[in-house]
Amino acid sequence: MAVCIAVIAKENYPLYIRSVATQNELKFHYTVHTSLDVVEEKISSVGKALGDQRELYLGLLYPTEDYKVYGYVTNSKVKFVIVVDSSNTSLRDNEIRSMFRKLHNSFTDVMCNPFYNPGDPIQSKAFNGVVSGMMVQTG
Amino acid sequence: MESLTLSDVEQKYYSELFVYCDTDNTKKVASNGRVLDLFRAAQLPSEVVLQITELCGATRLGHFGRSQFYIALKLIAIAQAGLPLRVESLNSVKDLPLPRFIVGKNEAEARHAALYQDADSQGVYPPPGVAVIPRPPGRGLQNKKGPPSTAAHPVHEVIQPLAPSIETQPEPTSPVVSPHQSPPTSPHSWRKHKRQPSGGNPDRPAAVAAPGVAWTQFREPQTGPAGADGMWPSRSPPPAGQESWVSFTADTPPSSTLPAGHPSSVQESTTVRTVTSTALANEIQRQSSGYDDPWKITDEQRQYYINQFKTIQPDLTGFIPGSAAKEFFTKSKLPILELSHIWELSDFDKDGALTLDEFCAAFHLVVARKNGYDLPEKLPESLMPKLIDLDDSAEVPEPTPDVGYSASPVEGTPNKSPSMPSLNQAWPEMNQSNEQWETFSERSSSSQTLTQFDSNIAPADPDTAIVHPVPIRMTPSKIHMQEMELKRTGSDHNHPASPLLAKPPELSEEAKLPASMKFAAANAVGDGYSSSDSFTSDPEPITRQRSQSGTSPETLKVVAPPPPPPRPHPSHSRSSSLDMNRTFAASTAAGAVQPSAIAFPPAVPPRPLPTQTSVPVTGLRVETEAGPARGAALATTTSPQQIPQQPNFADFSQFQAFAASEQPSSLPEVDKHSEEAQVEKTAEGAAPLRTVKSDGPADDRSSAAVNSAKGSSGPLAPPPKPVRRRLKSEDELRPEDEQHGLQKSNIMAAVLATQPSIPRWGRGLLTSQIFVDISVRKGRWFFRSAGKDKKSIQASIRRNKETNTVLARLNSELQQQLKVRSPALPAVPGVGVS
Repeated sequence: MAVCIAVIAKENYPLYIRSVATQNELKFHYTVHTSLDVVEEKISSVGKALGDQRELYLGLLYPTEDYKVYGYVTNSKVKFVIVVDSSNTSLRDNEIRSMFRKLHNSFTDVMCNPFYNPGDPIQSKAFNGVVSGMMVQTG
Repeated sequence: MESLTLSDVEQKYYSELFVYCDTDNTKKVASNGRVLDLFRAAQLPSEVVLQITELCGATRLGHFGRSQFYIALKLIAIAQAGLPLRVESLNSVKDLPLPRFIVGKNEAEARHAALYQDADSQGVYPPPGVAVIPRPPGRGLQNKKGPPSTAAHPVHEVIQPLAPSIETQPEPTSPVVSPHQSPPTSPHSWRKHKRQPSGGNPDRPAAVAAPGVAWTQFREPQTGPAGADGMWPSRSPPPAGQESWVSFTADTPPSSTLPAGHPSSVQESTTVRTVTSTALANEIQRQSSGYDDPWKITDEQRQYYINQFKTIQPDLTGFIPGSAAKEFFTKSKLPILELSHIWELSDFDKDGALTLDEFCAAFHLVVARKNGYDLPEKLPESLMPKLIDLDDSAEVPEPTPDVGYSASPVEGTPNKSPSMPSLNQAWPEMNQSNEQWETFSERSSSSQTLTQFDSNIAPADPDTAIVHPVPIRMTPSKIHMQEMELKRTGSDHNHPASPLLAKPPELSEEAKLPASMKFAAANAVGDGYSSSDSFTSDPEPITRQRSQSGTSPETLKVVAPPPPPPRPHPSHSRSSSLDMNRTFAASTAAGAVQPSAIAFPPAVPPRPLPTQTSVPVTGLRVETEAGPARGAALATTTSPQQIPQQPNFADFSQFQAFAASEQPSSLPEVDKHSEEAQVEKTAEGAAPLRTVKSDGPADDRSSAAVNSAKGSSGPLAPPPKPVRRRLKSEDELRPEDEQHGLQKSNIMAAVLATQPSIPRWGRGLLTSQIFVDISVRKGRWFFRSAGKDKKSIQASIRRNKETNTVLARLNSELQQQLKVRSPALPAVPGVGVS
């Protein structure tokens, strides 16, 4: 389960960011922000191969002592960042992938909504629901 | 003052107050006693009052004109709500409760009752028990129908909510009393209500009357279930036995009024948004709320929606694109966020477009929202696209198109009401993914499923089935079949069978045939076959043959095949005949082809396979074999025939004939040998088959395969391996057989080797045929060898039958190939067996 989930727009501003920890949320924000550099680095390295061949799932961006950060970027350069707790060792790569897939699907649904202007913060309840389902249930 | 937009309720309220204060009836209220009293009754600090008066401009004017008065009242309401007094807040504050003035109850109430009850027969303002002068229309703004000012639409706040707002009033406080009269008209008024605040009141009564009738009718049916305010459990019992909507009592939040009557009210509101009393509209709404399912779309509503749909998309089965829908629903003045949510709920298949059902659901939700209903978290069941059934009983007159949107926007207050949760809970959790909709629950998964074409083009080759690791104990022919199949499919050879078929006769006939050729062909065809089959079966016969023929491996090349197995025996498949015949023929040379007593003369049966005879002829052999095969199952016929008929009919002979025209001799010899040898039929059968196979195709590979099969797993695919191994084991049991098999394999290899020119497909055919023959032969051979023993006979019979089936299948495939290739096959001269 994720501790923090963020959706970053193409221009690297957040469209949606949500953390589970009510305290020190800023820390997660900062982490996500710094992870963007890693994301950029990863997508630029593969950029030569053209986006199509680029794997959407970026994998573990970087681990810190407390948690791990995973990244996923869509073809439109929208980035998803998931921060998971390091202590949660049971999370396998496949699970992370499936989380990203769900996020991507929900994000696509949001995009399909004609009332959503790309670039706006995501306020979809459905999206919130999906994210909540993925967050650590800390109650 | 700036334009002041008031809800219907407010409008009424204020006007009443104004009237109340306007004792002089001069249309302007001076800061006289009543006004002051009123303001005092507002229980606001005096400075606030002063501020209010300043803001409203009364100070400037020195008196309260109607508008100023209204503004003042509004400001009072704002102040009472705790909001900062701002001019702009006049129009921007949503859900502003009516200003409350505490006055002597009796007086206020009396006045109120009078005021309201005659002012507009909506009677929504029953003399509430509360000590509030003009009873604020319920908490918050029940003006769902038309909040005076929603943030989004400050301007056009139509008074539309007249009815609802009025209705709301009674709810919160006490049972509504009067609505009876009003309901009929409310819808109309409510609907066409675009309204101006002041106009509302006067119009209302008038409007009320007119549509009243219609609405009553309309109401009637709905009132039935009206009582069912499932949605508002909190409602106090319907006051005065009114219809459902009456049940809205104090506790009902603003939305309550609406929800109850929502369905009907919605439609009514949409259809006739007149300025009639809001009470009327509310009432109707309430009545319609009688539905157990608050989200059900009534017929009128649906009809309306459909018409709206038509305005955007004439084709009722078509889609409304997202952009068009966006424009349309934006007209409703709902906040974008809510519209977005509505879209999420209603776009069931998430395709960015709305079908008719989706559109109706969305419209319904919009109307509900505008009337104060909270948006559900999930799409209500009744709104599910596939669940909505279209009633066409549209009793309600066609609503004006823009009715829905002309009405004042719904309060955006999401707090809607306890009723909403109950509503929501009432609906089953409809998981959208359960719908048989075009929803793709998982896009990725859907894409995956989409791309799942038949990844495995299962070869239609029946023979391929044979390739399955058949327990090798089975007749070697099977193995050969498999091998042949493999080879055939792999190498796309034409007619492995024919070569095989040809083999026996060839072997017998033309021992001189360059074995290599045949082998090459055969091998080419079914490298797999040869390898596998040859391994398993051929080795034995070949060895046997060899042993019998006494020819060294090279004799494969030219093994004067003893009587070529009576190939042409029509009783069995080519392969079987080939092998069996060969085997048996070779072994016994008696021509007892099949266990079923096929007395087959060792002499080469009049195998139509010219190839058989032309074994020695490099290339020719192949062709010859192929030729007959082309000839359509010649090989099949021959080989099967030969094989079963000539258990001893050694394919070897064919091979030999092909390869070196020596196989036939060797084969038969091998067969004989095998017969003599006490071997298990299967193994033996395999051996001869192997050899036969090697003969036929005369493919180097096959022969090599045969050879190799003996000792090692040949190029064949794994499936035959176990077979081979088993055969080998069997072979081991019968060294003689092995010899034969070896011989055969060698022969085959030789044949094949010597026929490099054999086209691939031809080789394939040859090999397959050879294998078939070999397998059959082998079985036969075994049979013959075992002969006497009943059990062994039966076993051999079994084997042969299996071989037959296998070979039959192989034959058919080969025939197909031949047919395909027939044009390509070069004419094979000298096909006839020499």
